[in-house]
Amino acid sequence: MITITDVHKQFNTLHVLKGISLSVEKGKVVVIIGPSGSGKTTLLRCLNALEVPTSGSVQIGDVKLDFSKKVERTSIPKLRKQTGMVFQNYNLFPHMTAVENVMEGPVTVKKVDKEKARAKAAALLTKVGLGDKLDHYPAQLSGGQQQRVGIARALAMDPQVMLFDEPTSALDPELVGEVLKVMKELAQEGMTMIVVTHEMGFAREVADEVIFMDQGVIVERDTPSHLFAKPREERTRQFLQHLK
Amino acid sequence: MVPSQKYQRNGLVQMSLSSLFENPERLNRWIDIAQSSFLPLLKGALLYSLTIAIASFFIGLIIAVLTALARLSGIKPLIAFARFYVSIIRGTPLLVQLFIIFYGLPSIGLMIDPIPSAIIGFSLSVGAYSSEVVRAAILSIHKGQWEAAYSMGMTYWQALRRVVLPQAARVSIPPLSNSFISLVKDTSLASVVLVPEMFRKAQEVVAATYEPLLVYAEAALIYWVICFILSIIQDRIENKLDRYV
Repeated sequence: MITITDVHKQFNTLHVLKGISLSVEKGKVVVIIGPSGSGKTTLLRCLNALEVPTSGSVQIGDVKLDFSKKVERTSIPKLRKQTGMVFQNYNLFPHMTAVENVMEGPVTVKKVDKEKARAKAAALLTKVGLGDKLDHYPAQLSGGQQQRVGIARALAMDPQVMLFDEPTSALDPELVGEVLKVMKELAQEGMTMIVVTHEMGFAREVADEVIFMDQGVIVERDTPSHLFAKPREERTRQFLQHLK
Repeated sequence: MVPSQKYQRNGLVQMSLSSLFENPERLNRWIDIAQSSFLPLLKGALLYSLTIAIASFFIGLIIAVLTALARLSGIKPLIAFARFYVSIIRGTPLLVQLFIIFYGLPSIGLMIDPIPSAIIGFSLSVGAYSSEVVRAAILSIHKGQWEAAYSMGMTYWQALRRVVLPQAARVSIPPLSNSFISLVKDTSLASVVLVPEMFRKAQEVVAATYEPLLVYAEAALIYWVICFILSIIQDRIENKLDRYV
């Protein structure tokens, strides 16, 4: 379903990703953990080409891009349409209401009829518990509510995979739960998800697989029960100890 | 000779000031002129000054957005061209530009009528000055907004049109309103290329009546009232756009 092969990313002299290969099956939830600067966010952003890898290939569904060759400009939006991304800072469009935010992708990118898109957006917002906030602007919503709009907005494009970039890191502690709850429900419905997070509780409970990254490489990947209980690598052990 | 000339001049000033208040005929003449010139002046203001300002502003804004995008494009020839254009327009007086367009271009066979000449000159001017405002406004929009738009599969133009420009427009409304109000006043320069706008009308009335103080003050008052109304409209728009910030 998702296959990335030998992905490198270099920012000038900084080698952020040093040959990452990874495959994720449909319906699986993969959580990526690691210290800051380990490249986990860059890896996630390479999956939808928000960062263009220096080399390597990314395949999602039946769209495959090989960044070692010259990539056609039109193929990048194709890859992005396979993915839905949820950002740390929500990045909602402040000049649109909640329902307009969620409709925007289907209407502008997929040319879906406005009324249909609005009905679907309303249903998605209801699903994330915001059925009564359709016409609120982002500034009128709490952080947790904004992030749930962000999730609904990503879902509106019917993505093959949902990418979460530290979705709860900017939230007040008491608002983290409402966002994690929505993410858990998504996982239970069988959505394929790749989540960069510091929420180890979420990783333990929801992930099918946890990946520990450090200094641009995947150090260890395993089921959460194995990785958290008895990590094989020393560096993983050190990192987990720091969390406690 | 010199002292007596000076004496005479003072005497004249004294005479005309006192004559205005002591001589009801003079006062009546002023009222007559003010009344009969008001409608032609207002007509000149609404039909030409304001219309030319609005037309030039909208054309200028399109030029400004394109110039700002060229500056931000990262494509060297486009950047150089945009810089050159802005530099030329900002580095030369608008009055001189209008003279070149209207009086200069005919010598290479390009005859442009007064009103199109004025609109071309003002549009180019607005385009250059506002391009910097638009560029700063686009740059002020957080990178995450582009990323959110791109991540749902939008192209550059879709992201620009649907996400970035609407927000940039809000940021640029106060400085652009100021440009527009300046432009309304600058249309008085169109009088030199024979556009029958308000200031040219005023000059015609002065030529016929020889009452420059009265007539030019009347024109100034009309400019001020128009600009005052425009600044009220500006406040309204800003309040309306502030609702979601």
